[in-house]
Amino acid sequence: MSTTAVAEEHHGAPSGLKRWLFSTNHKDIGTMYLIFALVMMFTGGALAMLIRAELFMPGLQIMQPDIYNMILTDHALIMIFGAVMPAATGLANWMLPMMLGAPDMALPRLNNLSFWLLPAAAALLLTSMVLPFLPGGGAPVTTGWTLYPPLSVQSGMGMDFTIFAIHLLGASSILGSINIVVTILNMRAPGMTMMKMPMFAWCMLFTALLLIIVAPVLAGGVTMLLFDRHFGTSFFDAAGGGDPVLFQHLFWFFGHPEVYVMLLPAIGVLSMVIPTFSRKPLFGYKALVGGLIFLFSLSLIVWAHHQYTVGMSPLATEYFMIMTIVISIPVGLMILNFLMTMWRGAMTFETPMLYAISIVIMFSFAGVTGVMLAVVPADMEYHDTYFVVAHFHYALLPGALFGLFAGVFYWLPKWTGHMYDEKLGKIFFWWNIIGFNLTFFPQHFVGLAGMPRRIVDYSPQFAEINMLSSIGAFIFGTSHLLFLYIVIKCIRGGEKAGDMPWEGAKAGTTGLEWELPSPPPFHSYTTPPVVR
Amino acid sequence: MTSGDGHYYIPEGSPWPIVATLGVLLLTSGVALTVNDVGGGGLFIIIGLLTMIYLFYAWFSDVIHESMSGYYNEEVDRSFRQGMIWFIGSEVFFFMAFFGSLFYIRVISGPWLGGEGWLGLSNMLHEGFKFTWPLSIQPEDVAQAAGAPEKYMDVKEPMGAWGIPALNTLLLLSSGATVTWAHWGLKKRDNRQLVLGLILTVTLGLLFVAAQAYEYGHAYHELGLTLNSGIYGSLFFMLTGFHGFHVIIGATMLIVILLRAMKGHFSPEHHFAFEAVAWYWHFVDVVWLGLFTFVYLI
Amino acid sequence: MTKTLRAGTGLALSLISGAALAEWKFDFPEPAADLTEQITHLHHMTSWIAFWIMVVILAVVGYSIFRFRKSVGYQADQEFHHSWWGRWSWVVVPVIVLGIDLSIAGQASKTFAQIESPIEPDLTLKVIGSQWKWTYEYVDHTVDGKPVRFTSTLLPKEEAEKQGEPWLRSVDKPVVLPVNKNIRILNTATDVLHNWWVPQVAPKKDAIPGYINETKAFIKREGVYRGQCAENCGRGHAFMPIVVKAVSEEAFNQWIEEQKQQLAAAAEAAAKTWSKEELLARGEEVYKKNCMACHQANGMGVPNVFPALKGSKVATGPVEGHIKVVLNGRTGSYGMMPPWRDILNDGEIAAVITYERNAWGNDTGDLVQPADVGAQR
Ligand code: HEA
Ligand code: HEA
Ligand code: HEC
Ligand code: CUA
Ligand SMILES: [Cu+2]
Repeated sequence: MSTTAVAEEHHGAPSGLKRWLFSTNHKDIGTMYLIFALVMMFTGGALAMLIRAELFMPGLQIMQPDIYNMILTDHALIMIFGAVMPAATGLANWMLPMMLGAPDMALPRLNNLSFWLLPAAAALLLTSMVLPFLPGGGAPVTTGWTLYPPLSVQSGMGMDFTIFAIHLLGASSILGSINIVVTILNMRAPGMTMMKMPMFAWCMLFTALLLIIVAPVLAGGVTMLLFDRHFGTSFFDAAGGGDPVLFQHLFWFFGHPEVYVMLLPAIGVLSMVIPTFSRKPLFGYKALVGGLIFLFSLSLIVWAHHQYTVGMSPLATEYFMIMTIVISIPVGLMILNFLMTMWRGAMTFETPMLYAISIVIMFSFAGVTGVMLAVVPADMEYHDTYFVVAHFHYALLPGALFGLFAGVFYWLPKWTGHMYDEKLGKIFFWWNIIGFNLTFFPQHFVGLAGMPRRIVDYSPQFAEINMLSSIGAFIFGTSHLLFLYIVIKCIRGGEKAGDMPWEGAKAGTTGLEWELPSPPPFHSYTTPPVVR
Repeated sequence: MTSGDGHYYIPEGSPWPIVATLGVLLLTSGVALTVNDVGGGGLFIIIGLLTMIYLFYAWFSDVIHESMSGYYNEEVDRSFRQGMIWFIGSEVFFFMAFFGSLFYIRVISGPWLGGEGWLGLSNMLHEGFKFTWPLSIQPEDVAQAAGAPEKYMDVKEPMGAWGIPALNTLLLLSSGATVTWAHWGLKKRDNRQLVLGLILTVTLGLLFVAAQAYEYGHAYHELGLTLNSGIYGSLFFMLTGFHGFHVIIGATMLIVILLRAMKGHFSPEHHFAFEAVAWYWHFVDVVWLGLFTFVYLI
Repeated sequence: MTKTLRAGTGLALSLISGAALAEWKFDFPEPAADLTEQITHLHHMTSWIAFWIMVVILAVVGYSIFRFRKSVGYQADQEFHHSWWGRWSWVVVPVIVLGIDLSIAGQASKTFAQIESPIEPDLTLKVIGSQWKWTYEYVDHTVDGKPVRFTSTLLPKEEAEKQGEPWLRSVDKPVVLPVNKNIRILNTATDVLHNWWVPQVAPKKDAIPGYINETKAFIKREGVYRGQCAENCGRGHAFMPIVVKAVSEEAFNQWIEEQKQQLAAAAEAAAKTWSKEELLARGEEVYKKNCMACHQANGMGVPNVFPALKGSKVATGPVEGHIKVVLNGRTGSYGMMPPWRDILNDGEIAAVITYERNAWGNDTGDLVQPADVGAQR
């Protein structure tokens, strides 16, 4: 391509469709990531609304059982791979070069490729959802996002599309992660040492490292699945000497670190937001870096706590239990640091801070139910019930999605040059949080009472709680329309935002992003700034 | 801006990522359709493959051109190097999935099926089944005795280690040496040594692929060792197959590097492409050592 | 739609009324066996720990919000992280957390050791999960070397309502177990993963095709305990309930004798030649119980998922082919048809094949006798 154009004049934004399709600009790509994530959140959320509508009452209301299972599967895959992970990468794309004082990400073309693989993967996933409705399209994917064989060997060709979608999503995450790691390690401005980096960069570094390690293992696992389905191998079939549980090990070797892949970007955002609105630096920076290293290492060696009931040897089970419970130490350290940053601070309660505070509470709650799940004998009752569903939605929404919301509110003024509507932001927060708790808090109890997950129809004894949960879900779901409105409104105009829109950012954060104007120029730093 | 003054090179917009996306989209949906016997898949695959081939050609041409025009300063060079290292790191974990599976089957679940260890009770379902490695008699055979149809074939004879595989080890190891020798040549500006080293490496690599292909034929036709012959066949072909695939990619990249070396593209200071390919080649080499040990030897 | 609305308002109203509240279940159902009792204790312990941790966090957050806010004029203490607490909390807190962790783990390990310790079983029950039914085998109660064995499926909705049983939590034939006996439960499956879960009776273990997993129960109280499949097994996962009837030892012995007699009678029946009426009647029974979940009552299957048997090439073609498919199962473009050789006996297979070949307008007129099936085994 036009390699003759040199970075001499640091070209401005190209115009038209090319700007987006061919982009090598970290902000444009970040924007595309964020928009994609938003679209996927609405898609996955719409599927969740269908789930809750179906579960509103006992009986089959609106769909066949296998269609329910398919919707459930794609709800999870779309939310995790389509909404949360790309949104986090989007934030990283926008903020890392600005925070670290770089002109762009380290490998801009690769960056574009990692983004554009996502729509392709989404296309494959959507195909897999449409196929069962076509003649000859095969049975729907009924497995849930965990894709356990032998059930996944039975499904129709939708499964193959899902497998390839996962391949592309994996490739996208790996390439994206390589870019993030290299940017952080190689592109810092002179003087921006590792220990001076904003905590967000540290969190993204470990997120990316985790993905580089675990995403290929998932790719390997689903490849083996593909071979079992079509090429006569017997990895997951005891008749040929294989073992269905082998897949579970491969999946969770990916799947457990994956939950921290979703958590850490949110932790990163919180460690920007909380100091800003407490007007003092992050408490325990070094301890937090140590905690991240600890969490990173632990997360790779606890995966089998999702499989306590598969019949591992007692020794192995015991090991996984202790390691899992010990995760409360590094995560507890993070919670401590957040609490102590607020302690003796001078807090104000703008929307990002409201989110941050509620996240600290709700995510801790998810964490302690996680520790309850980690207790093997008890998990032999909790496993595959709504107690687990409640645990992980508390972890995934406060621990990931809400953190991303907080990040969006926090940085919108920087990105657009306008303040968002604070009043609407607060309304959204309360609407959102109340809806969320109404949806998922009751699910703990229906789980304890004995309702398994992934069922399309349930016994009338669970009816009331489910109805409550569904009502909550509709309240929660509609709140996001307001979110959309606030974001669009902010992009289109509003009160002018200064270079440092939050006065507390000066005392609270260390990044270079505030030294650029709002909105920042097309190329963040044309010459490397020097850090004090 | 040319290299060295603290400025960083940012490429102009590039169409290749999106072309790559289209290529893989066509390729994957083509495969998905074909394995389900839906017509039209083949066409998708062909178009997808052609797109990918063109894409690699075009993308690398761009990069080579930029590199030759001296746009890349040291920082860019470092980014490339680090990127390549992390990429190889992720590839390592891709193979770990298969090595891990091999380990799990051999040490944990296989013995259970054979009646030993924690879930040894499982042997009740396959009475008379003994777990050995390499596994040639499938657990299902017990059910077959009662008349059920056979799903997985038995292996007549497992693959030995000391014939072609040992030779292959030798081939790959020496190719690792020749590529290093070529690198020495490059460093002391001896283009003849560089080119000769690369030619040798490529030849050894291709010989390896040929030997491997022959071995596959042997396995299929004489040993009864196929993808369909139970877990041993599955693991054997998965591991060696993906390795072979990587060798082919590596060899292709080596050929590109060879052509570039002949054109004199590399200088002792500036040869990221050469090093990246050499690293990749060493990685393929190391994986083979693992394979030779765990799949063939023990 | 209006029906939904009406039912919805009804339920919403009853929600508010205290009567419904009293029936809500917030916790594990009352455990009935020794291990489940201990697990419940463990669960209560961890719940309280979770509760108190939340209280601490809420207290800190609440106090901070109340006290350290800018709007009351509080100035941030920029030196706080240089205080003693600032320098040492990163050791102190993890040590406390580790202490809590280890005490949780210690308690858990004790219970876990009991779950996994070997027992001298008084009774061994083999539970086999299949899509979408449970087969039970009383391994040590045999007739002619064959264990007592039966299949238990979901009670259809009308039936359940008629009998006043809870829908989706009741079956046509409960599994009967004695109280105060060491029962060893062996879990396995024939097709995909299932999980035999009766919360009051036993900790759960997955049922994995080709492998056997073990769990155990020492039931202390007589009663009826309900549960359902707890591992996603596809379309019918919600429709695989389990009912355990725990009875006294005498009642159990009597029951098992009856089962043995029924088994002997069935074996006899399978050996004789059946009349068309007998075959069709029995066949319909077998079909409803075993095949209907997939191929549907009208024999039309489900598009893309299960093939129609009405007018199918196999069900109207040569008898041998039909027997072969049912005996051995098949994996084809639709997915997997399970093999029935281990689940149904010759008589049942003969009957169901005869039924399929004559129902829904498949009027082939063929009769299949148990001997025909036996010949193909
Ligand atoms: C963002 C996502 C996220 C996060 C962060 C977590 C965090 C944790 N999770 Fe969760 N989990 C999921 C997402 C997440 N999880 C999902 C998606 C599933 C289901 C997947 C599926 O099956 O589909 C799942 C399932 C799951 C299971 C399997 C349940 C089952 O299927 O039977 C278990 C079991 O151990 C578990 C445990 C934990 C633990 C111990 C943590 C720990 O990291 C929590 C640590 C945090 C704290 C403990 C709180 C803070 C600490 C303190 C305040 C200090 C004091 C605390 C103590 C002394 C306890 N999780
Ligand atoms: C990050 C991941 C993520 C997120 C954000 C969510 C969000 C939600 N999830 Fe989900 N969920 C999972 C990950 C996630 N989930 C996973 C991994 C599983 C397990 C799957 C498995 O078992 O394999 C699961 C399973 C799961 C179940 C269990 C089903 C079962 O086991 O049978 C349920 C049931 O209530 C549920 C509900 C919801 C709801 C109501 C939301 C809400 O937060 C959704 C919020 C809604 C929106 C964002 C919608 C946006 C707004 C509109 C579209 C406007 C229109 C609105 C109306 C018409 C009201 N989810
Ligand atoms: C778990 C679901 C399931 C159950 C239960 C089931 N089947 Fe099937 N059956 C299938 C599937 C799936 C196929 C198609 C297999 C294929 O793709 O070739 C099938 C195919 C068949 C066929 C061949 C139809 C044709 O035209 O090719 C017959 C005959 C049949 N089943 C009979 C039975 C009988 C008799 C029973 C009960 C004793 C039964 N099935 C129970 C799933 C089931
Ligand atoms: Cu059987 Cu779920
Ligand atoms: Cu986990």
